[in-house]
Formats: sequence, C-alpha cells, structure tokens
Amino acid sequence: MKKRTKIATLLTTLALTASMAACGGSSSSDTTTAAAGSSAAAADTSAAEAQTVYRTLDEIKESGTINIGVFSDKNPFGYVDENGEYQGYDVYFANRIGEDLGVEVNLVSTEAANRIEYLQTGKVDIILANFTVTPERAEEVDFALPYMNVALGVISPESNVITTLDNWNADDQMIVISGTTAETYLINNYPDIPLQKYDSYATAKNALENGNGVAWANDNTEVIAFALQNPGYEVGIPELGNKDTIAPAVTKGNTTLLDWINDEIKSLGAEQFFHADYEATLIDTYGADYEESLVVEGGEVPAN
Amino acid sequence: MPDLGIEVLFKGKNMLRLLGGLWTALRISLIAVVISIPLGILLGVLMTKKNRMLHAILRVYLEFIRIMPQMVLLFLVYFGTTRSFGWDLSGEVASIIVFVLWGTAEMSDLVRGALISIPKHQYESCEALGLSRTQTYLYVIIPQTIRRLIPLSINLITRMIKTTTLVLMIGVVEVLKVAQQIIEANRMNSPNAAFGIYLTIFLLYFLACWPISLLARHLEKKWR
Repeated sequence: MKKRTKIATLLTTLALTASMAACGGSSSSDTTTAAAGSSAAAADTSAAEAQTVYRTLDEIKESGTINIGVFSDKNPFGYVDENGEYQGYDVYFANRIGEDLGVEVNLVSTEAANRIEYLQTGKVDIILANFTVTPERAEEVDFALPYMNVALGVISPESNVITTLDNWNADDQMIVISGTTAETYLINNYPDIPLQKYDSYATAKNALENGNGVAWANDNTEVIAFALQNPGYEVGIPELGNKDTIAPAVTKGNTTLLDWINDEIKSLGAEQFFHADYEATLIDTYGADYEESLVVEGGEVPAN
Repeated sequence: MPDLGIEVLFKGKNMLRLLGGLWTALRISLIAVVISIPLGILLGVLMTKKNRMLHAILRVYLEFIRIMPQMVLLFLVYFGTTRSFGWDLSGEVASIIVFVLWGTAEMSDLVRGALISIPKHQYESCEALGLSRTQTYLYVIIPQTIRRLIPLSINLITRMIKTTTLVLMIGVVEVLKVAQQIIEANRMNSPNAAFGIYLTIFLLYFLACWPISLLARHLEKKWR
C-alpha cells in the first residue's frame, strides 16, 4: 500500500514537470514570431517590450558595474592574453570608461554577428567591438562619436608598387576576399579592374605571395599589418574610397549614456587619450607611421 | 616535425584556460543530460499512450525542437526571452535550457522507439502470468528498453557535449572560444598555433567523450 502511494506521488510529480517542459516548448514557439528576423521585427515587438531594455547612466552608476561588449579574439582591438586578461585598443578605452564613471567594468565576449542583438536586449550597456559605423546599423543602435578610422588599402610587392587605380592595365588582376567591402567598392567604382576572388584570408595571402595578382585590396588595417609582418611588400594605397569610422554604440534611445560617452570622448581629446591608446596597443601591429591616419581624437574626423 | 605552435599552450595560463573552457562545456552538457534523460524517458512513455491530445502536443514539441537549428534555439532563449518577457538569463542558464529542451525531445523519441520495438507478446505473456501493469513495466519492459536505449543515448550525450561549441554565440566562453582567443592573441608570433591548438581541443573532446563510450560498452556487456 505504502509503495503504491509512493509510486503515485512520483508519477504525479513527473507528469507535472513534463507538462511544464511541454509548455516551455510551445511558449518558446510563440516567441519565434517576436524574435525571428530580429532587426526587422524590432519595431513590431514594441508592444511586448513594455519596459525599456537599457539602463540609464544613473542606473549604471547605482549598480556599480557597467557591461561592455568587446571582441575576445580580434587581436589587437579586443583579445584575451595568455593570463586570461582582456587587452587591446577597445579594451583600453573600456577600462577608462569604467574608471571615469567610477564603476567596475564587466567585459562581455561578443561576436560580430550578435553585437546589435546584445544592445537591443540591453544585455550590455555599450558595444566597443571594432564596430564600424554604417547607415544600416545606425537605424538599429545609437553610435557615439568615433574613435578610429578605417578605410580600404591596397598592398603590392616592392618590385612593382601600385600607387593608383587609375589607368589600370587590363592584363593585371587585383586580389580581393569575397564578401568584403573592398570587393563591393571595386565593383562599383572601378568596374574595369579584373578581380581575382578568394574565400579566405589565407588563400588570398598565398595568391599575393605567388604573384597570381599584382595587388591585394582589403581593409587598410589588414594590409598595413601584413606589410609590417612580411618584408618585400608595400602598402602603395593606404586609404582608398570612403573613410569609415569606428565608434562606441549604445542601445537606441539611451541618450543619457550616449551623451556621457560623447562628452567623455571630447574631453579625452585634450589629453590625447586615443594616441596613448594606440601607442599602448596598436603600435606593435601597425607601426608609428599610421598613428595619425588611424586614430580619431576628440571625436573629430579630419576632413580630407 | 612540422611547427604546430604547441608552445603557445605553455604560455601563461593558456592550458589552464583551455581546461577551464572544457569544464564549462562539460558542465552545461552534463547538467542538461542529467535533467533531460529522465524527462525524456517520461515523455517517451507518454508518447506511446493512446491519448490523442497528449500525442499531438508532444509531437509538435518534438518536431519544433528537431527542425530548429540549435543556434536558433540559443538565440531564441537568450535574446528572445529578454525581448518578450524581459528575463535576463545568463548565457550559461540559457544554454542549459536549450540543451534540456533539445535533449528531452530527442530522448523521448528514442524511448518511444525502444518501447514500441518491444514485441507485443512480451506484454501478453506478462498478462498471462498475472503481473500487474507496474510489474510488467518494472520487471519486463523497462529492462529490455534500457538495453536497447544505451547505444542510442550515448550517441545523444556525446552529441550534446560536442554541440556546446555553439554556446560561444551567446557569450559563454567555452573551450572553442578560449582556443580562438589563444590563436588570435598569438596571430603574429605563432601563426601556426591554430594547428596545435585545434589538435589539443580534439584530444580534449576525445578524452571527455571516450569514458562515456567505455561506460556504455561496459554496461552493454554486463547486461547482455
């Protein structure tokens, strides 16, 4: 008799848990509609998002911790060193933000593909992950003032340095990596240049070394680093096309935090903070020659 | 001997960090396994029942989880719950929830399959012997089912361990993420480190999954 009641209780408990699990399954299917197509659905879900997802400046100060999303595997912008400590250009700035706000910094490892999602759900307060400002992204998040420049660059062997894309010899081919901004830019602006497309960095690198193409177009930070590591190559065109900038981003509408960051970037300009940052973190990779062209100080992009 | 860049493993705390990452991966998968196996068994048993309503619900649940890529489920649970309900789950909790949902669904189908593969005469013989329903399950059906289930569930468990590589997408730093961090941090001075590090990860996963296979083989022999 006793045994039977025990079994009965056990079964009831299990059945309850199971029904909960089943509900969990079906309710998450409801959220599919809300979360699928993340960005596009953002506006429609406003009904579901009754509460504001982000934390204001005061709330962050009160909590004593700021969550900042950085890359953990993009040397030298945000990476983790052999002792498990975050390092890099973005991290250097993140730590300064924490110091000036008087709060602890909690660095969160993000991926290129989930940076916007992190901000839109308020899971981080700021993204400092080498985030290039684009009009599409600016619709999803709020960008602060920039702290770095990026552009395209073209690298070629020292024996035949390419310094201009005008009057291109139609027999020569340009190496690009598929899907990069370099590819799009060249197709749109120099349709006459024959492109040799590769899927990965490694294969493009081999192609340049084997002389399959006369030059390689890529992000200028990449080609500059390549030239420094591989003697015999020179960045003939360090800046090509539109200059893009890299800036901190906050959740759309978080104006208190955005204003604070903008003021911070302006006041840091007085002490040449980002030059110090470059010298601490980027100089080994890019050398001193590119300091002026890569660093944006005080949020002011020099007109060119 | 080609240069595999193994030396970066011995820099600073790199080896310890990799092992810490492996522990994170194992913790997520093992907690999920411990919760989802009993739940899966229960749901599997319920699926063999004739109740239409119950059957439909469980079927929808199973198909939903089976069709969705785990990556989408992770995003749904981690970001989706914040968007829709304002829950701020940590990456690790979200991963455990997804792995439990997934493990339970797959396990329930394995159990259902194992149960219906028990021939009808086994039940009828029990009835002829005058065994009660509980006794029939306890002494005849379940022991046979478990034997059929072992290789299948081992397959599921090792798959769950290996699929933890996806949780890096929701900010959980597990062994693969640590590996990428180490490789990138040494991009300049040891460009070949990727080979050595991935080889190490292969060994780590092997060491984590091999004992489970051994245990399964042992059980299969013991219960033959």
